[in-house]
Amino acid sequence: MAKVATREAYGKTLAKLIVEKDNVIVLDADLTKSTKTIDAKNARADHHFNMGIAEGNMMSVAAGLAASNKVVYASSFAMFAAGRAFEQIRNSICYPNLNVKVCATHAGLTVGEDGASHQSVEDIALMRAIPNMKVFQPCDDIETAAIINAVYDIDGPCYVRLGRSGVERVNYEDYTFELGKGVILNKGEKVAIVATGMMVQEALGAKDLYEGNPTIVNMPTIKPIDTDLLIDLAKTHDVIVTIEEHSIIGGLGGAVVEALAEHNLCPVVCMGVNDTFGESGKPADLLKKYGLDSQAIANKVNTYL
Amino acid sequence: MSLKEHATNVRKNIIDMVYAAQSGHPGGSLSGADIITYLYFDEMNINTDNASSNNRDRFVLSKGHASPLLYGILMEKGIISTDLIPTFRQVDSKLQGHPNMNYVEGVDMSTGSLGQGISCAVGMAIANKVDNSPNRVYAMLGDGECEEGQVWEAAMAAAHYKLDNLCAVVDFNGLQIDGNITDVMNPTPIDEKFAAFGWNVVHIDGHDFDDIRRGFDEARNCKGKPTMILAKTTKGKCVSFMEGDYGWHGVAPNKEQYEAAMECLCGGSK
Repeated sequence: MAKVATREAYGKTLAKLIVEKDNVIVLDADLTKSTKTIDAKNARADHHFNMGIAEGNMMSVAAGLAASNKVVYASSFAMFAAGRAFEQIRNSICYPNLNVKVCATHAGLTVGEDGASHQSVEDIALMRAIPNMKVFQPCDDIETAAIINAVYDIDGPCYVRLGRSGVERVNYEDYTFELGKGVILNKGEKVAIVATGMMVQEALGAKDLYEGNPTIVNMPTIKPIDTDLLIDLAKTHDVIVTIEEHSIIGGLGGAVVEALAEHNLCPVVCMGVNDTFGESGKPADLLKKYGLDSQAIANKVNTYL
Repeated sequence: MSLKEHATNVRKNIIDMVYAAQSGHPGGSLSGADIITYLYFDEMNINTDNASSNNRDRFVLSKGHASPLLYGILMEKGIISTDLIPTFRQVDSKLQGHPNMNYVEGVDMSTGSLGQGISCAVGMAIANKVDNSPNRVYAMLGDGECEEGQVWEAAMAAAHYKLDNLCAVVDFNGLQIDGNITDVMNPTPIDEKFAAFGWNVVHIDGHDFDDIRRGFDEARNCKGKPTMILAKTTKGKCVSFMEGDYGWHGVAPNKEQYEAAMECLCGGSK
């Protein structure tokens, strides 16, 4: 099956949602073809507003729409949504607990050739720190569709982190997304790998490289984190390894460590971007250089198997 | 009761709140009192029955630090109680230092971070357009606030989407925390900038009710573009020793000053 980027699935899902739900409004910041909100625009042009290259204004406009009973999907690249418009998301959207779904694409290093200025590796940390905000990262097209539909029913702000690059499908057609729940993809022993986004595929892709049978967990909800599952994993494994296409500071690894710290159960090893900026390159080459491809994951995991 | 008497009561509420809290922003609250009084008593369709509804005209206090002004008018309209005055800026109070829409009936948007409220008002105006609603959206900005780049992003968007259901008032009192706006970071000419962005611009004396009425009438009758009302005002208006002094931007009066302020206002209501 051909690889599909999560942003592609976002556009397709939104195109249905904007027709089915009269109160859905979509905002974009001159990136409709990249974020794929153009699909929603083509489906219902009078409920899609291009706010131009002005992300701060877009987020506050989204808040005003939500204060008028609209459910707003606001999109840009993760760098400019979570980064540039951080304070508008915090003060205009999250403080009043308004119904805005910030759906940010082109997250992480796999933006690729555009380089460090466009590679957001801090957005999970930024969004996770804001009260009222929930944070999600789907791993494939099926999970993306499920999450984009699920956040419509959540009363309050959500951040959905989406990728630029095509990824293989992990889930089956009958997949049902459960808010705040991790998904065990492989039940193994000794090492529990907790991955999010396209790192789920990288962890699964290392299967033949593992010198044993690690547990592999997909964590699509980063906030609220699935503490019950994490405690269970910590009790039944020697070590938990978190993997994300994000800084090791403040992302999934941070959330897992925070959840487990007081329980003193097992060590947690955080794999991610090691407090550094990225650079231009092909996505696969970048994952290799920054230690986030299947081989790097297997090398790390094998030291504990 | 006349508009002038209502405005005096709003100003008394402002001074009472800031004095009780020994904290808050009296200068820029007093400068906007006549404009907000006109809005809530003669322009907007807001009352005690529909205050908690979305289906009415909306007001966004983009200069959110002037929260005593907004709380003061909601008290004068009977939408919230004057019993709340001693709680202003205190723990467990609905009357936060900057307005929270979820705590106070009649507060239409949480504001305080400058530049964001005008964008929120743009969002509300777009929503009214989508819904074919006749309701209008009003926003009050500070002149210093116009130094925020987001104000101009919002101005661009409002003109682009032809939001003639949006009216922004700039409370042009000429002063910000650090001094005269022209000395700190000159945002003028604010009127010509808004006009260049595609807005209808109206000049008024922000303390003359006939002129205020003319401004909002012109805004309502302008089709195809949003209106900015540049309201020339005096910071600290009606409290003689606060008038035109930027030192009263965010400072509370002591007991003697409080009594002197109330004497000014009691004289003003006659």
